Amino acid sequence: MKHKDLSITFLGVKFENPFCLSSSPVGNCYEMCAKAYDAGWGGVVFKTIGPKHFEINEVSPRFDALTKEDTPFVGFKNMEQIAEHSLEENLRDLKRLKEEYPNKVLIASIMGTNEEDWVELARLVEEAGADMIEMNLSCPQMTSHEMGSDVGTNAELCKKYCMAVKRGSKLPMMAKMTPNVTDMVPIAKACLEGGADGIAAINTIKSICNVDLDKKIGLPIVNGKSSISGYSGKAVKPVALRFIQQLRTGIKGVEISGIGGIETWEDAAEFILLGSKTLQVTTAIMQYGYRIVEDLCNGLSHYLEDQGLNSLEELVGLANDNIIPCEELDRSYIVYPKVDNEKCVGCGRCYISCFDGGHQAISWIDDKRRPEINKDKCVGCHLCATVCPVRCIKKGEIVFKKGSKTHKIDL
Amino acid sequence: MKKSYLEEYECGFTPLTVIHEASRCLLCHDAPCSKACPAGTDPAKFIRSVRFRNFKGAAETIRENNVLGSICARVCPTEKLCQLGCSRSGIDRPIEIGRIQRYVTDFESSIGMEILEKGMKNLGKVAIVGSGPAGLQAAATLTKLGYDVTVFEKNEKLGGYLRYGIPEYRLPSEIVDLEIKRIQDLGVTFITNKEITNLEELKKDYKAILLAVGASYGRTLPLFANNENVELAVDVLAKIKDNQGKVEVPDNVLIIGGGDVAMDVGTSLKLLGCKDVTVVAREQTFEFPASKKEYKDAHDNDVSIIDGYTPESINGNEVTFKHVKLDAILRVKADKIILAIGQMSKLEMFDKITSNRGIVDVKNYQTSDEKIFAAGDIINGDKLVVAAVKYGKEAAYAIHEYLGGKR
Repeated sequence: MKHKDLSITFLGVKFENPFCLSSSPVGNCYEMCAKAYDAGWGGVVFKTIGPKHFEINEVSPRFDALTKEDTPFVGFKNMEQIAEHSLEENLRDLKRLKEEYPNKVLIASIMGTNEEDWVELARLVEEAGADMIEMNLSCPQMTSHEMGSDVGTNAELCKKYCMAVKRGSKLPMMAKMTPNVTDMVPIAKACLEGGADGIAAINTIKSICNVDLDKKIGLPIVNGKSSISGYSGKAVKPVALRFIQQLRTGIKGVEISGIGGIETWEDAAEFILLGSKTLQVTTAIMQYGYRIVEDLCNGLSHYLEDQGLNSLEELVGLANDNIIPCEELDRSYIVYPKVDNEKCVGCGRCYISCFDGGHQAISWIDDKRRPEINKDKCVGCHLCATVCPVRCIKKGEIVFKKGSKTHKIDL
Repeated sequence: MKKSYLEEYECGFTPLTVIHEASRCLLCHDAPCSKACPAGTDPAKFIRSVRFRNFKGAAETIRENNVLGSICARVCPTEKLCQLGCSRSGIDRPIEIGRIQRYVTDFESSIGMEILEKGMKNLGKVAIVGSGPAGLQAAATLTKLGYDVTVFEKNEKLGGYLRYGIPEYRLPSEIVDLEIKRIQDLGVTFITNKEITNLEELKKDYKAILLAVGASYGRTLPLFANNENVELAVDVLAKIKDNQGKVEVPDNVLIIGGGDVAMDVGTSLKLLGCKDVTVVAREQTFEFPASKKEYKDAHDNDVSIIDGYTPESINGNEVTFKHVKLDAILRVKADKIILAIGQMSKLEMFDKITSNRGIVDVKNYQTSDEKIFAAGDIINGDKLVVAAVKYGKEAAYAIHEYLGGKR
């Protein structure tokens, strides 16, 4: 099996590979984190540690999933808050993990209710041996409005708490963002001004996954009621990538730990290409276990090899410049779809979608059961190619619009 | 895994796996499956309903078209019909349409859906002779059209070949009961143990009569006449099913024939513990008349299948066969010899209507007697349950038109 050097330095700390558990139920105690390290994860963000005075009392049940056909987790909803173990237990586990896994990166996620809490927690986790701190400013299902995403949407408060953490500890620190905002950049900037060294994005999206149709209650049902809470998994990947791109363009050179629906090495590569240096995963682990890191690492190694690159660092942010505002895109040409009739199985889905969702530019040849593209009507939207179950519709002829000069097109 | 005669052989889909299968469907614009069903079933529509989680709608699509939807789901040779042109074959393999239909109709039963409405019974009385698939579908269609329908069945139990011919592991009696119960609930009257021999009598009380007596008698060949070792496949199947498998089976059996009936007898006997079952068929493998599924079930149950030999002579319990092309002789000795070489109807008692070698002369299902119609295996056409459904439905409309109704 291919093992390339996947090490990367993030906020001055070297990770043997970019893959970390995110602060969540998957890194809830020593045993879990130890097993994850053994499985090959480069780092662990230990489940968020709160102040001594804040008691965690969870609901039962606490998860739900959005499904589609036979895909069990399109997206995942959870109602868990931060670590339910005592502060002493958490600190003891951090200490033991650092002692037993000195070469793995240990990140302590913390969350306070006021400045004193943040100072104290930062001090304690550094003392326990953490390599880095992540500030949880973003959990959307806290039972206190002085914590979590209610804080993370308030730039001023974020800055103040970042300063507090920096007073408590000299460790490198990242602030974890909530996506429940229209613009993340001002919040992230405030955090950096307050002393944060980098940004982690994104935490979960506020959601209602499903409603029980007989009981008329959202899921999961907790004694006849439910709540809005965090949504994660593959479905949130596009939202996460968008925020990461906006952070990278809004704050030059910002170091990011990417989070949001990473399941495969391809997802991972996308996050890195858009500027993430490390990657954090929970939902895929909850579904499939820590072992997924094997294919994440191996797949990413092959990708690096195929790209002719020697270090992961070279990959970071390569796609950032290729995302530009809509108004700057080249609108001078149409590329027409081209059907490979050999591969076509004759289902007619392209015809249906073009008629009902496009521009009525495909004729259906009944006797041959094949589509025929009518260039007079086709606008080159490629909906047909997107719905084709055998991917037999490719990009064909390029035609420049009236008044546009012929030039080289990168399809 | 060892299966039993009483246990349904093919496992059904679960709520998860049926969605998985429906998701494989390409949801064609001009679905070939929906053009291929003799009974006019629209699989493209009900599979799409399953895909979009409208199970009740799927059940309506099936049931409104075919009153024997649960039965067809199990016994139809789908690989020769709806699945034949499936576009998915261009990627891997056709959608398992029969199994999806089975899931949907089982769901329909499990929640007690009543899709078909009771008939008005205001258009007069129609009699149906025979309660096989053609008679059952005709009864349902005529009832829906407004007729007061009575079905006469010579046997103790209803269903004809569905009841007595198709083995339990392929078509559980419970399913036949459920389908017939549904038809009864529409208002159809069933009279069992009543063999109709005099159509003139019936004509007095009924405005029209549909003959759907089927081809329930096994064929034989002169060389097997009066041999005590020889039995007819349909009789063996009926005995096994009627006794729910509680029959004594011989140690070794020779079955002559290559159709579904031959495969059914072979598999049934193996499932009941018969040590050696050998099937000898006149047809060669490439032209085998049995459906792929039944051939495979027989094969999987260790039935020996020998193709290309035709029986020449019999001596006691030893049959000598000759190969149809090669210079080859085969001798097989068995405790029991079972003939599965086709079925026939008996129409002697209906001598006033014109028929030829067991096939009634019809013009749009109407016989030489304008009041009498015929459908099912006694008319020219395919001998399949799904074909009987088509004939039953069309004959019902033919009767309706004859009685002045509009289609």
